[in-house]
This record gives sequence, C-alpha cells and structure tokens, in this order.
Amino acid sequence: MTSSLLLPPSFVFILGALLAACLRGRLLKVVAIAVPVVSFLILWGAPNGSYGTLSFIGLDLVLAEVDRLSRVFGYIFHLIAFIGLIFSLHHDDPAHYVVGLLYAGAAQGVTFAGDLFSLFLFWETLTVTATFLIIARRTAAARGAALRYLLVHAAGGLCLLTGIVLYYHGTGSIAFTAMDLSQPGALFIFLGFGLNCAWPLLHAWLVDSYPESTIAGTVFLSAFTTKSAVYVLARAFPGAEPLIWIGAAMVAFPIFFAVIENDLRRVLSYSLINQVGYMVVGIGIGTELAINGAVCHAYAHILYKGLLFMSMGAVMYRTGKINATDLGGLYRTMPLTAVFCMIGAAAISAFPLFSGFIAKSMVVDAAAGGHYQFVWLILLFASAGVFHHAGIKIPFFAFFSHDSGLRPKEAPLHMLIAMGGAAFMCVFLGVYPDFVYGMLPFPVDYEPYTFAHVLAQSQLLFFSALAFTLLLLAGIYPPEIRSVNLDVDWAYRKGSRAFVLVADRVFNGINSWAERVLGWQLTGLLARFASDPGASIQKYWVRLTAEYSGTREREELMEEIDRRSRTATYPIGILVLFAVSLLALMSILFILF
Amino acid sequence: MAKQQKDKKYLFDDPRNVRRLLGIFYVSLGVLLGLELFVHKHPHFKWEEWFGFYAIYGLVSCILLVLIAKYILRPLIMRDEDYYDE
Repeated sequence: MTSSLLLPPSFVFILGALLAACLRGRLLKVVAIAVPVVSFLILWGAPNGSYGTLSFIGLDLVLAEVDRLSRVFGYIFHLIAFIGLIFSLHHDDPAHYVVGLLYAGAAQGVTFAGDLFSLFLFWETLTVTATFLIIARRTAAARGAALRYLLVHAAGGLCLLTGIVLYYHGTGSIAFTAMDLSQPGALFIFLGFGLNCAWPLLHAWLVDSYPESTIAGTVFLSAFTTKSAVYVLARAFPGAEPLIWIGAAMVAFPIFFAVIENDLRRVLSYSLINQVGYMVVGIGIGTELAINGAVCHAYAHILYKGLLFMSMGAVMYRTGKINATDLGGLYRTMPLTAVFCMIGAAAISAFPLFSGFIAKSMVVDAAAGGHYQFVWLILLFASAGVFHHAGIKIPFFAFFSHDSGLRPKEAPLHMLIAMGGAAFMCVFLGVYPDFVYGMLPFPVDYEPYTFAHVLAQSQLLFFSALAFTLLLLAGIYPPEIRSVNLDVDWAYRKGSRAFVLVADRVFNGINSWAERVLGWQLTGLLARFASDPGASIQKYWVRLTAEYSGTREREELMEEIDRRSRTATYPIGILVLFAVSLLALMSILFILF
Repeated sequence: MAKQQKDKKYLFDDPRNVRRLLGIFYVSLGVLLGLELFVHKHPHFKWEEWFGFYAIYGLVSCILLVLIAKYILRPLIMRDEDYYDE
C-alpha cells in the first residue's frame, strides 16, 4: 500500500461516474460496483493527514482531510454505496448508476473537505444529484417532490454560502474546523447544516421526497444527505447546547406522525428523523462518550435504515404497492425479505445483540451522565416509540397482519444479497461492538452488555410490544387509512398556491386595470379628441355650461360646431395652436431663466 | 397449481400458532420482571431504582403515544389522499 492518498474518494467516485456514463449493460454494473471498492482500498491504505492542499483565488483548499472522524464516516459511506449499488442491479438505466455514484461521491467530498469552499461545492452537488434520484421515479408526484426538494435545499445552500462568506470575512480563515456559534456567520452555517439534517420545521422535505424516489434511490438518499449533515455538525459544532434540544425534539415528534402514516416508506422517513435526533443530541452533549455515541449510531443507523428501506423496496418491486392498507401477509412467499426486515427492525429498536443497542445506548448514557433528566426521559420514550412505529409496524403490516391475498415471488437474488449483507452487519456490530468502537473518534471505555442494561432495555421493548398487542387486540390501534397527513410542507405547498393566487389577483389586477384605462380608454379618448380637437373642446365647454342653457339651444350649438368642423372653418388644428403656445411659453421661460 | 398455492397452509394461518406465540410472549414478560429481583442496579436517576420502572415506562408511554396520535394528531392533520392534487 502507498503511504499517501492516491486520490481523494470523491475523485474516485466522480471518475467512476464518468467512466460509467460511457458504458452499458453488464460492464456498466461491474464498474459501478467496483468504484466504492477501489475507493475504499485507496482510503484504507492512506494514513491520516491533509492531502492535496492547493491555492485557488487566494483560498487555501484542502482536497482531503483524513482524521479519525472523517475516516469512520468515509468507511460507512463506502459500505452503504457498495450495498446500495448491489441492491439496484435491476436498474438498466445508466443514469441511475452515474447519478448514484456522483451522489455518493459528493457525500465523500463533504466528509473529507478540509475547507469550507470545497465543502460548499460538494454540498450543492449532493442536492442536485439527490434531486435527480427523486425525479428518476418518473411520476408526477416524484417530479413535484423533486422540485420542492431542490427549492428547499437551494435555500439551505444559500444560507450556508452566506455563513461561509461572513465567516471568511470575519475570521480570515476558510479552514473547516470547530466553530463557535458566536463567530460571524457561524449561525448561518449552523442553519444550513440543520436543513440537511432535517431539524424540526426544516424536516418536511425529507418525508415529502424520500418516499417518492425510486426503489433503489431511496436507499441511497436515506444514507448520505442527513448523515453527512450529522458529520459536519460533529466537526463544526460539538458541544453546541442548542443541539441537545433540537435533537430531543427530532427524536420525539416524528413518532406520532409515523404511527398514523399509511405509506410504509414514509413511516421509515419519519423514523429516520427520529434516529438522526439521537445523533444530534449526542453532538450537542459533546462529551467524548456522546460524540462517540453519535458517530457510532450514525454508522449503525446507515446500515439498518438502508436495510429497512431495501426490504420495503423489495416489497414494492414485487407487488407495486407500499401502503399498509394494500399489504399484509407477505411472509408466506417472501420469507427471506421478511426475516431481513425483522433484523433491521430489531436493530433500529436497539434489541440486545443488534447494532442499535450498542450504539444508541452510548448517547442515552451520555445524556444520563450529563444529568439531562428531561432529555433522558424523551430519549427513553422515543426508544419505546421507535419499536412501535418502525420495529413492529413495518414488518407487521407488510408481512403479517391481515392476508392481502398477494402472493408475490421472493425478492430477486441481488436484492437478497444486498439485504443479507446489511442484515449480517446489523447482527455483527451487535455481537462484536469492538469492530466499530475501534474506529470511533475517541478511545472507547464503554461496556454495553451489563446485565442491568440488557434487562432494562428488554423490559422497555417487551412492554412496549405489550402495549401494541393490547391496543391491537382491543381494536384501539389506529387502523391504516388511505390519506394524506399534513406536515409543515403544507406551509409552502398550499402557501405557495395562496401566494400565487394573491399575486395573481393583485398584480394581474393592476395590470389589467392599467391596460384597460391607459391602453384602451385613455388612448381612445385622446384619439377621439385629437381627431377633431377644435370641435371637441367647444363641445366640452358647451356640456360644462349646459345647465345655464336650454336643451334645444344646446343641440343647435352642437350641430353648428360639427358643421363648422366638417367645413374646416378652423384655419389650423387647435392642437397645433397648443403646441405653438407651449413652445412660446418654454421660450419665454428659457429666456427668463 | 396456482390454486394449490393459494390453499397452502402457512405458519400463522393456524390460529393455534398465533396463540402459542402470544403465550410465549406473555411468559417472557413475566420472566423479565422476575429477573429484576436479581439485578444489581447502578442508576443515574432515583426513579431507575423503582421496581419495573422500564417496563411501566415502556407500556404507558406507548399507549399514550398511540392514543395521542390517533385521537389528537390524526383529526388535526389527516386529509383526503388527493388533498394536494386539487
């Protein structure tokens, strides 16, 4: 192995995407899958350090900053790109592989960016490529969601750019390191990161767009955008206290939405926000244990969330349906997919021996160690709640519940391999946590498997399952209903229509009034006046003084005026007279002044 | 052949299997509570020392979660499926 970095991972992915764009068929797929492998090997062999420093328009750019934090995110992004590409082998459209590789490459670029300038470039690349992954579904709903995604993220990107410019102006440095929220521009950067991280009120793009993407596209989307946002928060704002409360809100509110949501991929999208909330809380607490917990949770989460999205993707691929109301009983003919889904469900619910357990508990213990009682209670509540909406609801309504009568074939082999790989990792990390603990940014002194801890978590989960069972048997559990559930995207989905309506009424109203009055009425008036100015002025005068004269006399007067006008009694047009008078007046004024 | 597949009995088509599963589940709940007598706790907060704290918290919070979602959130936010298409 070389002792330096041959190529930054983002470059390998971009070059791979360019190569893939020239290929078709089987060779395209082989190359696409090889890209993350090659890139991983290059990264694996490179020691930590700054690579590819160069000066560009007076800015010191660092193409790859490899340290313990960026390396662990880089590794997991490689792994999920590899798994995601295997999962998507049923796609024959070359664009899928090209865009997928560019998107994964952009996430690598964000992860290893050593300066804010290249960070911003890759950040925007993430947005654009993600938009294409959504639009690739080629439905009207997907096009709408992709457009909203692009607009919302463009706003977030502008916010980030504003922050970077202010930060550079204030500090004179473009290096991407830890920041203080009181530094100039840092708040804008914080908010820009927060939008990609799906903070409460900034989250609606996620639940709006991810369920509309393609079967494989959603697997990619679920991994990169939010987790690269987690990474940049961990790098720039560790220990920023607002993050604790933002994260606590993220952990809690989506589970209520998830319980009543019918589209199972949307349920997973809500639970994605809930899981990212744990990471945000960990970054906010900022102790070594908490940061380790946040990173470890990101690592585990990418795998089990990808696995859950893959299992729902396989269901969609075979049945063409994803609403809980249309599914049920699929365990009969898709048993392997059902088992993989349940492994993902066990991992996200943090069952002992699964990956969520060894990761999430670090964050929860860090909250307890910091004596954040209220936050701790929320995290515990959400731990029980996530089991409800993701751990039970997803597998139960898809694979068990009532018999939908659907008897689809088992998922295709490449999907089973991808799901099997992710499922293996979910169990492997749970059984052998030192594998991931050894990669974390700080030395780990944490033992997840104490008898008290295992028992407490098992009680929490089993009695949460009891609540589900009792509510279901009693008929209280909310039945799935075909519906749209409003979220804050209502504000801009309906708000934009209201805006257009108001703008239409106001501005087009002014426009048409101006056209009517100025364009037609006034010019008509002027034209009629100018066609016979002498007579017009006299007639106007007659009308004005009409009340002093009799009607009969007035009509005679009018006729007389018309007659004189027809016979051109007036030696010159009266307008010419006006013009000459005006010129005379201006000459006098000119001479006087 | 297709009809045979339809008529094939699967694991949970037999209600006895469902009852067995539920039985195992209820027993394991009891075992988990019983095991708490033998655990040496090292709590961060005083309420962790209460017997069955995690069990009760899990049960109650999930019931509340479902009731709030069903009776408060759903009436507020649920619309027809074509709400945004109008």
